[in-house]
Amino acid sequence: MIIAGSSGPRPPGASRAGDTDAGSSLLRVRGLRVTYRGEHGRAVALHGVDLDVPAGAVTAVVGESGSGKTTLAHALVGLLPQGGRVESGSIRLGGRELVGASERVWREVRGTHVGLVPQDPGVSLDPVSTIGRHVTDVLRAHQRVPRAAARELAVRLLTEAGIPDAAARARQYPHELSGGLRQRVLIAMATAARPALLVADEPTSALDVTVQRRILDHLDSLVTAGRTTILLVTHDLLIVGDRADHVVVMSDGRVVETGPVEKVFTQPSAQYTRQLLSDVPGRTDVPGRADVPGRTDVPGRAGGPPARAVPKAPSARADGDGPAANTPLLAVEGLRLVYPGHGPAWRERPPAVADVSFALAPGATLGLVGESGSGKSSIARMVVGLVRPTAGTVRIDGEDITGASGARLRALHRDVQMIYQNPFSSLNPRFTVEEIVTEPLRNYGILERTERRQRVAELLDSVALPADSARRRAAELSGGQRQRVAIARALALTPRLLVCDEPVSALDVTVQAQILSLLVALRESHGLTYLFVSHDLAVVRELADQVAVLHQGRLVELADTQRLFAAPREDYTRNLLEAIPGRRRRTRQAASDAPTAPTAPAPSGPSADEPTTGPAR
Amino acid sequence: MAEHEAGPGAAPAVRRMAAARRMAAVRRIAVGRQAALARRIAQAVAVVWAAFTVTFLTVRLLPGDPVALMLTGSNGFSTPTAEQIAEARSRLGYDHPLVVQYLRALADATHGDFGASIQTGRPVSSMISEALPSTLRLGAAALVLALVVGTAVGLLANLAPLPFLRQALRSLPAAGISLPSFWVGLMLLQLLSFRWHVFPTLDGSGPRQLVLPACTLALPGAALMAQVVGRSLHDSLHRPWADTLRAAGLAPGRLLVAHGLRGAALPALTVLGLLVGNLIGGAVVVETVFSRPGMGLITQAAVGAQDLPVVQGVVVVAAIGFAATNLVVDLLYPVLDPRLRGGPAAVGVAG
Amino acid sequence: MSQPGLRASSANSAGSASSAGSVSSAGSVSSAGSVSSAGSVRLLARRAGRYTAAHPGVALSVLALLVVLGWMLVPGWFSHQSPNTGDQASRLQAPSGAHLFGTDQLGRDMYARVVHGASLSLRTALGATGVALGAGVLLGLLAGYLGRWVDTVIMRVVDVTLSIPPVLLSLLIISALGFGAVKVAIAVALTSVASFARLTRAEVLRVRTAPFVEAAALCGARWWRILTRYVAPASVGPVLALAALDFGLVVLAVSSLSFLGYGPPPPAPEWGALVAGGRNYLATAWWLTAMPGLTVAVVVLAANRLSRVRESDRGRS
Repeated sequence: MIIAGSSGPRPPGASRAGDTDAGSSLLRVRGLRVTYRGEHGRAVALHGVDLDVPAGAVTAVVGESGSGKTTLAHALVGLLPQGGRVESGSIRLGGRELVGASERVWREVRGTHVGLVPQDPGVSLDPVSTIGRHVTDVLRAHQRVPRAAARELAVRLLTEAGIPDAAARARQYPHELSGGLRQRVLIAMATAARPALLVADEPTSALDVTVQRRILDHLDSLVTAGRTTILLVTHDLLIVGDRADHVVVMSDGRVVETGPVEKVFTQPSAQYTRQLLSDVPGRTDVPGRADVPGRTDVPGRAGGPPARAVPKAPSARADGDGPAANTPLLAVEGLRLVYPGHGPAWRERPPAVADVSFALAPGATLGLVGESGSGKSSIARMVVGLVRPTAGTVRIDGEDITGASGARLRALHRDVQMIYQNPFSSLNPRFTVEEIVTEPLRNYGILERTERRQRVAELLDSVALPADSARRRAAELSGGQRQRVAIARALALTPRLLVCDEPVSALDVTVQAQILSLLVALRESHGLTYLFVSHDLAVVRELADQVAVLHQGRLVELADTQRLFAAPREDYTRNLLEAIPGRRRRTRQAASDAPTAPTAPAPSGPSADEPTTGPAR
Repeated sequence: MAEHEAGPGAAPAVRRMAAARRMAAVRRIAVGRQAALARRIAQAVAVVWAAFTVTFLTVRLLPGDPVALMLTGSNGFSTPTAEQIAEARSRLGYDHPLVVQYLRALADATHGDFGASIQTGRPVSSMISEALPSTLRLGAAALVLALVVGTAVGLLANLAPLPFLRQALRSLPAAGISLPSFWVGLMLLQLLSFRWHVFPTLDGSGPRQLVLPACTLALPGAALMAQVVGRSLHDSLHRPWADTLRAAGLAPGRLLVAHGLRGAALPALTVLGLLVGNLIGGAVVVETVFSRPGMGLITQAAVGAQDLPVVQGVVVVAAIGFAATNLVVDLLYPVLDPRLRGGPAAVGVAG
Repeated sequence: MSQPGLRASSANSAGSASSAGSVSSAGSVSSAGSVSSAGSVRLLARRAGRYTAAHPGVALSVLALLVVLGWMLVPGWFSHQSPNTGDQASRLQAPSGAHLFGTDQLGRDMYARVVHGASLSLRTALGATGVALGAGVLLGLLAGYLGRWVDTVIMRVVDVTLSIPPVLLSLLIISALGFGAVKVAIAVALTSVASFARLTRAEVLRVRTAPFVEAAALCGARWWRILTRYVAPASVGPVLALAALDFGLVVLAVSSLSFLGYGPPPPAPEWGALVAGGRNYLATAWWLTAMPGLTVAVVVLAANRLSRVRESDRGRS
């Protein structure tokens, strides 16, 4: 087809983009303008986007929510959501003009010339069709294949996509597969008819970091093997740095900057790009890979305490002033949680949290880190008394509050407050901001009615919200503003411990950076103690004094942040750290891990993506 | 979840262990399924029993003396004397304590004995068994009609070439649900029998006789079915997974038929269960409109004469039919939706 | 996508539409914020106009229900003829300018009978819906909020009620209670209680676990405050939609029962009874059955449309 250049192995480090010059780009978009039907006429989503995708490389489109990157991805496969329309411009794929193409032309183009890897593997497969059926349907849409042959071909494609035991998996249904495997199925479907261009729309943003790495490795290997060209749409600059050759930065429906990744990352020309780069969490002090000794160390317990021994020492801050070490503000001991099962008794349920202990000194910040299902949120909810632990104790300031209810729980909440992940769903949509922030004052009868207004203004000021936002409702605020309201509400009771459950994971990077620095500032000014739950190690690193790594409900490792990131003692932690994007530049191992090999490299092992070069920056 | 992710590179031994564990789980599920089936059947029986109890209590506990009501009903409008009432009470066993009456009635009912009609004196069970076949024929015809027409309209509402046609087909069901079926029946009679003489009027028999009543009875069900199938198909086509398949090059027709219809089967099944209940009720009206002998007509007359034993019998028989339908529907759910099958499957959900 | 404020306002007017139009000012103005009252009226009018243009079906439905509501409250304004005394000279006349819906076998004006029948039919239906709504919501709130054995008991009763086909349950109650408008209303209401209870419970369970309700508990709100200020307002929408839908079905059920002859006794111009009365003249005077039946159909259709207002709003956004 259109794949240019050699498809053979390239020397490591050589830019794949070098094989094709700019003139022969596979995809050429010019002046693409897309609008959506809105309440007041048509709203413009893309204002004349120009884009070149050279063949045989990874080109990343990066931007925050609302930048139009997803609209672009959909326009490229001719599947704009209802009300969307390409107004003008041109999309040339391999020399064929696609703007204005008939639905019949599009149907032939989709799948065979351009494939789409969608965003959320959880909802992107028909729940009542088998995996095999998905792939055979795609195959049969493009060529006349007898059913049996298509089935065989499907199994081969699934195997190529790195799905073990593909013949058996093909008979299973989507819900029987994990997210990572589902994403592999989607990749198999998208590449079934060997399209020249693969549009990957946030292919890993719904996945855990370790799975994310494996999926990105797999996509990488497709390009390296010369099978396809990838347009990677993502919000994550770190992934771009790791994976892409070219980058297109988008903002507000426009292309802000474009160029080779090395250049854009080291010498960004646009102000927006600079801002975006500086807001990436954990980027400021990412150490060179060389000084991470985990690779050379014998994995495991180099002189430290044995693995499962939970450090119970109170975590004094580094500077250690204040009444630190005596009574920890929060002490959790032997915490265990088994969700009551409704199913038949023979299916024993694994505990969501198993024997977790830690302590938190006043003024300190502990980061609870883990992938989905690690039990980190359950711990947070037990600490604030929303969930009753099956066993173990939670002490606040020495007082056992395990299983508190009624008045005791109410009293507890004056000291312990919580900030939720999704600032929209945690605010009553019918209340104004003022009502929301007044609510705790009112419920606890704090201050006179007249004084409350003043207090609300102070609180809003302390979270840097303008005074006139008091009259608005949550729906009228942006995501970052909503989270500020949630913080103001939590502060209204002047709590001592603030439990933050993924407080920034629903926000864009720039907003994320603002909220994080607000939390840091409030810690100093209000003398707060944080229990900070996050799946994002980079975010935790910016804020926490200590980090606890959880895996399947167990505490794997608990250490000072510096130590944990510099010298992780546990294999699991090391894996997790290595999976964080942005810590390495990809090496181009060519055919050796090409996906045609039926036994794909162990996904849990780090061998497949051995980093050799330092970070790009 | 961990089991699955461990997949790609896991050592063969680990994989074999996982396979063995899965097999064991499957075996346990087979046992679990039988237990579930037994439990579901017991539940259906319990529902019928509860329906019987509700009927019994409704009749006995609601204000109004059932015996006096019965005598009034059967005598026309003459007021029964105190002696007549007393005599009837002891004849019908109403002078025993409520619990005794209840247990007796329950024991009788399990033998298919619902007492005798007050109007005619005939056993309720034989009245019902005589009337049942005709009504079953009508109901079955209407059910098939509702299913076929409803699915067709729902499908067309998504497939029709012109947007305006799709819109029209989409709003059609709401109208179908809103039309009172007694009125629809009369209008059909008026137009097709009296004016155009296409179908025989009230007298006469044979399959042609069945057409108008079946159509009338089917209309609300067909409308409901069309609504549910149409909406479900429409939803399917706007799910992310539909975009995945479209982006891979699937044609819209194939998408709708191969994937959409399968997804629509589940809500359609739910409606089917509901439909049977509505058909039982609708038969009363339709058989009255068309003067068609059957359960409905018996019920209509019995309620009019406040012939409580007959009404009770009809309600219990209807409840049995309804419970049986719902039992079948419940058992069909996992056949249509793999997510409801349980088993090792459920392990992967979290992934 | 676009301003959420506008979406909220259209939801407001949608909500008011189901409560018959006149109440909307309060909701919309408060969301408009500090606008002078004259300005707000104009604003409101403009919004109503825009909404009507976008949803002609909804506007027509509101209009139809308002007219029928007028029939019910002040029948004299809509028809000057008597519903019960006929003119022997003009018997069985087809619809015309003088007799909009024609006349019956006694020369009574059908339009007048339908208008006056509204009061019977609609009062019965409204009463039944009201009882079902009140009892169902109360039971659902209790079951959903208190949980445990209260939930179990209530939901078991609901399950059993739902296991008897609704029409038969009504017939059973009627045969035990006897005939008449009130008894018909009770019989129909009891069949709807279960579905209201079920929906309310589901909504309460859904909202109760929502983060903003949980957050309210963390802010020290007591249970009744959570129920009244957080849970109830968030779950009222679907319940109101069901009420509109149920009102339509209740109108159908009430007229069906009257048609079968269990409603108020003969001279009363209940809609279902009017249709039944015209049965004998089916071959000769179609309007006797067609017109009252059509009226029922229009009312049900309008209620049905309003029950889907929220849905179509959500579909647009």
